[in-house]
Amino acid sequence: MSEATVHAHQAGSRKLFLYVWFWLLALTGVEVYLSYVQLGVKLMLTLLMGLSIVKATLIISYFMHLRFERRSLVLTLMPAMVFVIVLLFLFFPDSLRLLHMRPQ
Amino acid sequence: MATQDFASHAGHSGAPAAAESAWSGGGSPFAIGSKKLGMWLFIVSDAITFSALLMAYSYVRVASADWPTPFHFYPSVIKATVMTFFLLSSSVTMVMAVRAAKLGERASAVKWILGTMAGGLAFIVLHAIEWADLIHEGVRLFQNPWGSPLFGASFFTLTGLHMTHVAVGVTYLGVIAVLFGSGRLDAEVVEVSGLYWHFVDLVWMFIFPLVYLLSVKMG
Repeated sequence: MSEATVHAHQAGSRKLFLYVWFWLLALTGVEVYLSYVQLGVKLMLTLLMGLSIVKATLIISYFMHLRFERRSLVLTLMPAMVFVIVLLFLFFPDSLRLLHMRPQ
Repeated sequence: MATQDFASHAGHSGAPAAAESAWSGGGSPFAIGSKKLGMWLFIVSDAITFSALLMAYSYVRVASADWPTPFHFYPSVIKATVMTFFLLSSSVTMVMAVRAAKLGERASAVKWILGTMAGGLAFIVLHAIEWADLIHEGVRLFQNPWGSPLFGASFFTLTGLHMTHVAVGVTYLGVIAVLFGSGRLDAEVVEVSGLYWHFVDLVWMFIFPLVYLLSVKMG
């Protein structure tokens, strides 16, 4: 099976892991640089979360090996988790309102 | 096992087990062991726990007009960056350990696991120094010298739960190193402990920017 050869080739290759490590460090460097130059809060938040999601994807796909697992496992784990996390945002508009409702 | 036997008897075509459809009631629809599946399910639920805490932190921060941003770029952010480096590097040593374990190189796997534990310990030590500095500056769970008292509560809860995970991970890896080194466990157990360790690393990839990089003291 070609899938099995890909598995044996890539999933265990040291070079691949070092490559992913390099990218994780590089993206962390970019994040730290962003905090050094301090752009606006909203822009910072967007950029930092974007970079963090890329880093999380790299970790899950290669270090946690999910890229080389069966698609059915990925589909069982990931959409449900993302859905629940997105549901947490339902609360968020309240926090903006609270700021203006505080007596002071 | 019984289902698999039944399937192979029922299908007279003599198809190998690998070709069996995941949806036909095959013995292992995800093609992974039960320990690994169990760890994945735990990781998904723990990821939601951390998401809820990060969301709570963001919520109270947005809802407070006087949220303190006390971290100087040097030394706090630099220290947190070094901590990130240790955690990321310990993830790489962990994948090397899993690789060695799968290749049957027990001694090498144990060495890589010990390296991973060293990275985790360095992280804990640096983070403990960070905590001690903040406590010295007067940050408590329900008060701090700068602004919203919720800062201490959210900071210590979030980083404390994460640090607990790192400490549990170091202990867990220590047990695995001893048992795997003495030949009492198979390689899958090392891989499962690796999944946990990478997850702890992954959570920090969100705590680091949200708590540190967005709280740098200006001027």
